[in-house]
Amino acid sequence: MSDPTQNAQQKPGEVQTTGHAWDGDLQEYNNPLPRWWLWCFYGTMVFGVLYWIYFPSWPVGGSWLKGVGTVDYTITDKKTHQAKEQEYRWNTRSLLLSDLNEAANNEKRKTMLAQVRAASFDQIVKDPKMMEFVRSVGKGLFGDNCAACHGSGGQGVVGMYPNLTDNDWLWGGATGQIHETLVQGRKGFMPAFGAVLKPEQLDDVAEYVLTLSNEAKPSEASARGKEIFHGPVGGCYYCHGADAKGVPSQGAANLTDKIWAIADVPTQKTLQDKKAVVKTFVTKGVNNTRIMPAWKGRLNDDDIKLLAVYVHQLGGAQ
Amino acid sequence: MRHEHIETNSGLMILLILAVISIGGLVEIVPLFYINETVEKVEGVRPNTPLEVRGRDLYLREGCYLCHSQQIRPFRDEWLRYGHYSLAAESQYDHPFQWGSKRTGPDLARLGGKYSDQWHVQHLKAPRSVVPQSIMPNYPWLLTTKLDYSDVADRMRALRATGVPYSVTQAEYEANVKKFGQTVADQLDISQAEANLLKEARDKNFDGIAGQVTEMEALVAYLQSLGTMVNFSQYNDDEFVKFR
Ligand code: HEC
Ligand code: HEC
Ligand code: HEC
Repeated sequence: MSDPTQNAQQKPGEVQTTGHAWDGDLQEYNNPLPRWWLWCFYGTMVFGVLYWIYFPSWPVGGSWLKGVGTVDYTITDKKTHQAKEQEYRWNTRSLLLSDLNEAANNEKRKTMLAQVRAASFDQIVKDPKMMEFVRSVGKGLFGDNCAACHGSGGQGVVGMYPNLTDNDWLWGGATGQIHETLVQGRKGFMPAFGAVLKPEQLDDVAEYVLTLSNEAKPSEASARGKEIFHGPVGGCYYCHGADAKGVPSQGAANLTDKIWAIADVPTQKTLQDKKAVVKTFVTKGVNNTRIMPAWKGRLNDDDIKLLAVYVHQLGGAQ
Repeated sequence: MRHEHIETNSGLMILLILAVISIGGLVEIVPLFYINETVEKVEGVRPNTPLEVRGRDLYLREGCYLCHSQQIRPFRDEWLRYGHYSLAAESQYDHPFQWGSKRTGPDLARLGGKYSDQWHVQHLKAPRSVVPQSIMPNYPWLLTTKLDYSDVADRMRALRATGVPYSVTQAEYEANVKKFGQTVADQLDISQAEANLLKEARDKNFDGIAGQVTEMEALVAYLQSLGTMVNFSQYNDDEFVKFR
């Protein structure tokens, strides 16, 4: 074994080694750290100290260092509805508030929102600039809150969640009506007729319902069904209306068009199958299974207004 | 101590490494035990009902936390998408908390009330039947497996040991009445746990199957409670800035 200290005596122009030797002759230079690197290292230490001072940091005793940085923000007091300007020490929560109303693109949003807030539904619908705003904001809101049920484009799921793009409405398609749907939520209800009507009567009434939209031709059976529909036995007209075009205040469907929200008639091939789906539906009715949540409180008033107009234009509606 | 002595003695080295590493942890964590000021004072936060306790256990069992966080951070995009940022106070009875940071699916901290019970049942059974692009797994067994609630009282006792105010004695019950009101205090009474669980299941019928208590019942009950306890319309938006 060679003497590990042998190379430690530095010859001029040579770098010193650490003095160890492994496996006989394996040695390690002992270069000093490059100067630029050292300065960067000291720099991070200085940065660290300044960071502690400026931002909230260390816990001390029962509290913590609060930092010296500050943030300005404006909020609207929920009781007095007065806007108030505040300055508070920097933290992620105060920063959020300032982000919310001071980010550059927010200024544009704020003026547009103020316009939409002041305008009536009719004015919004007629104003291309406001509608552009409604479409861009509404799309995001719809995706985050409504798409899980109504589908990303509002096309819905037959039997479960209504299609919002077909301009056929259970609860009415005027902006005001849609707005009411969003604010208070909706709960579809139709009694189960399985216990009220006999199976033959259910057959008859199903046949009649299909004649309303020209799916079936009038027959003896449908004539009997008509009596049930418009008479005291079924009382269907009470909710669906004497013309069977639906009554929005009840959320009752229009039965005279080719659009079906729940009974999946269009995908059935034979008249027999079409009758079967209508009969099954009328037998079971709807109770507590088709719920549209209320959005008041969850979304703010502006968002609900924007969404009402957005949904209205999805249906391309009046 | 000589360097060589440590390097050639692995037992000693392990002990010293542990000592050095724990200093970092202790310095960061222990001081926080003495800070109460960061927990917001808000009304409405209560421990879970017995049915929700079981639902939460299922949430853990099924590994929902692997894809879903329950913490809305104070950023503008999260505020706009999910609603008010999460408060420390909201998870004060959550052991272990479900904050998480893995978001394969959306954050669930403000899920309660967003969808109907029916939607949850359908979505958990077959997510793609309502959200065609979803990559969330199917959980059909939740709807066909009877909920085992025989040990719900024990589970509440375990949570009580971690500081959740479920009550055993009359004095504890009365303290709960004072703090949360009668209705909630009744739900926190461990001796009534099973009866309360069955009553909530019967009254609200989350799974849509009358007369049966499935695992779905408990999970949906839990999901519908998430983020609903604090009424944020009572508080100005800057109410909570002083807690950070
Ligand atoms: C939990 C699922 C669910 C969510 C989420 C949901 N809806 Fe609905 N929505 C329904 C159901 C179910 C109905 C049908 C109610 C009925 O049968 O009367 C409905 C009905 C409606 C209607 C009335 C349709 C008509 O024909 O009159 C509108 C408008 C509507 N939803 C818009 C929205 C908007 C906008 C959102 C998002 C803010 C939304 N919905 C979120 C389930 C949902
Ligand atoms: C209490 C009011 C009420 C009565 C009475 C009633 N309906 Fe309905 N009906 C509704 C409502 C509301 C809907 C829509 C349900 C929903 O949106 O959840 C509906 C939906 C339907 C549908 C499905 C339409 C579609 O688009 O898929 C059919 C078919 C129907 N009703 C037929 C009948 C017949 C036949 C009777 C009489 C035997 C009847 N209804 C009596 C309220 C009623
Ligand atoms: C593999 C990852 C994964 C797992 C595990 C998972 N999810 Fe999801 N989850 C998703 C994705 C992706 C979405 C978004 C698409 C959708 O709505 O299905 C989602 C959406 C959801 C939503 C709708 C949230 C909203 O606001 O729209 C709920 C509720 C939910 N999941 C609950 C659960 C529950 C409860 C479990 C455990 C039983 C679970 N998830 C397990 C990936 C997952």
